[in-house]
Amino acid sequence: MKKADRVRWWTYLILALATLACVFPLYWMFVVATTDTATATQLPPEIVPGGNFFHLAGLVFSTVPFVRSIINSLVVAGTIGVGQAVLCSLAGFAFAKLRFPGRNVLFLVVVLTMTVPTQLAVIPQYMIISQLGWVDTLQALIVPGLASAFGIFWMRQHLATTLSDEILQAARIDGATSWQIFWRIAFPLVRPAAFVLGLLGFVFAWNDFLWPFIVLKSPEMYTAQIAIKALQNSRSIDLGLAMSGSFLATLPLLVLFVFVGRRMVVGIMDGAFKG
Amino acid sequence: MTTTLSPRRTTPEAETEARVRQSLAERLAPYAYIAPFFLIFGIFGLVPLLFTFYVALFDWNPIGEHVFIGLDNFSRLLGDPRFWNAAWNTISMWLLSTVPQLLAALVLAHLLNHARLRLATLWRMSMLVPYITSVAATTIVFAQMFDRDYGLLNWLLGLVGVGPINFQQSVWGSHIMIATMVTWRWFGYTTLLYLASLQAIPRTIYEAAAVDGAGAWKQFRHISIPSLRPVIIFTIVTSTIGGLQIFTEPMLASHTTPLTCGPIRQCQTLTLFLYEQGFGQFQFGYGAAIGVALFVLIIVIATLNYLLSARIRPER
Repeated sequence: MKKADRVRWWTYLILALATLACVFPLYWMFVVATTDTATATQLPPEIVPGGNFFHLAGLVFSTVPFVRSIINSLVVAGTIGVGQAVLCSLAGFAFAKLRFPGRNVLFLVVVLTMTVPTQLAVIPQYMIISQLGWVDTLQALIVPGLASAFGIFWMRQHLATTLSDEILQAARIDGATSWQIFWRIAFPLVRPAAFVLGLLGFVFAWNDFLWPFIVLKSPEMYTAQIAIKALQNSRSIDLGLAMSGSFLATLPLLVLFVFVGRRMVVGIMDGAFKG
Repeated sequence: MTTTLSPRRTTPEAETEARVRQSLAERLAPYAYIAPFFLIFGIFGLVPLLFTFYVALFDWNPIGEHVFIGLDNFSRLLGDPRFWNAAWNTISMWLLSTVPQLLAALVLAHLLNHARLRLATLWRMSMLVPYITSVAATTIVFAQMFDRDYGLLNWLLGLVGVGPINFQQSVWGSHIMIATMVTWRWFGYTTLLYLASLQAIPRTIYEAAAVDGAGAWKQFRHISIPSLRPVIIFTIVTSTIGGLQIFTEPMLASHTTPLTCGPIRQCQTLTLFLYEQGFGQFQFGYGAAIGVALFVLIIVIATLNYLLSARIRPER
């Protein structure tokens, strides 16, 4: 079995090619975001970054209210991330550790909602948002984004395995309410998992396009993704403009990823199906 | 009288009363903890879904009247070549993106599962880079790379004497371009899910198989694949639900004709067609009918998927 145990050279070759495929488009985004139109359209293509970055970035900021868009995205994605982490932990705690009539049926309903393709219902969704007077507001993005069936499923898994019934019993005997047990014992215990869930919610909300595109109307309310679309519309100004906007809108997530990417990988693999 | 909250006031009756009240609150607490989800999903998920079926029965103008027309929207839909075109495009792009994505993830997860692999964290992290990149940014950079005149890809193809291929304007070209974007964004995430499942398989099973003379391929085929069955089914279901609702890629791929993804609707998906009719032409009723059709399509394909994937069985 000695031979089978060694890592073959082509394993590394394939992994290196896959990594290149993952990273190259981002590098290319940066290259085009730093060159002027003449360079971007020459053949053979220039494959090293040019010196036009600040010129194009300046154009991005003067064409759309980009700073405002980034702030909007931070507010929406941040609230959704934190909200999902707390709400899903709470619901996951109820499903994992509390007994109540209808628990199993309700949990099944939660799991089944994961398979419901709600995106095709955008027209009535828009009608409801407009009835609430929420068109062109950030809460139209935040409130629907707070519910996550996947998040409840995921937190329930973690709570079922990390919080022992003995601790729960002991706390009960000491007269603790379920809220106290959740807030003092359960939530601190699963905070790492809740953190990763919040991150995934943040990333999803930051990158969401269709729904913000439908409900946001005025440029001051745009999220970063909708600002990119607006930049693409004014593409005639400069080829690199939309690319520069795309790069600037991706940069915050890349920076975040450098710090927490490792935990995201571990978290995604921990929450996955095992065996 | 501010002494009401004083603990000394606890008479036996008050104590019993407090316990009863607390236990009632305690009994209701679990429902309060799960209520936010059901409330939000109900208002913004379930009700709109059901309402879609209702709106589809009307000639519904958002700022004007709505007139009940029965199933007219559906008969119009079935006779609309734009609908069949969008349905075909959707299925084509879904297949072109799902199949390579899942196969690549299987191979990569198998390679990453080696116990002595060096730089394991680096490989895994880089697989997740596309996942954190937004669909909008992905589309814009890929559309540039696939450009007929200045694109990197056509330049590379030109070096080996092929092309230039007009990806954006041709049917197959645009489908391949969009499928590439979807595949790129998701294959790493899927790889990590598969890898997690593979790591749960005890190494001793592989060792025993190796002793019995099973080579790498046989181990992969007879141990890895059957053990991955639940997660493979899960990823097939999620990529079906996601893949059949592709919207952002076709919308941003063509900046001159965003609502149709090109002059001959060569890559317009059902969701984009829904958007065009609903929010571009303000025909909410017709748009809702497209939504219903998409719903039926997803159910049919998900069922087929399930029946097919039920054939992946552990072989013992």
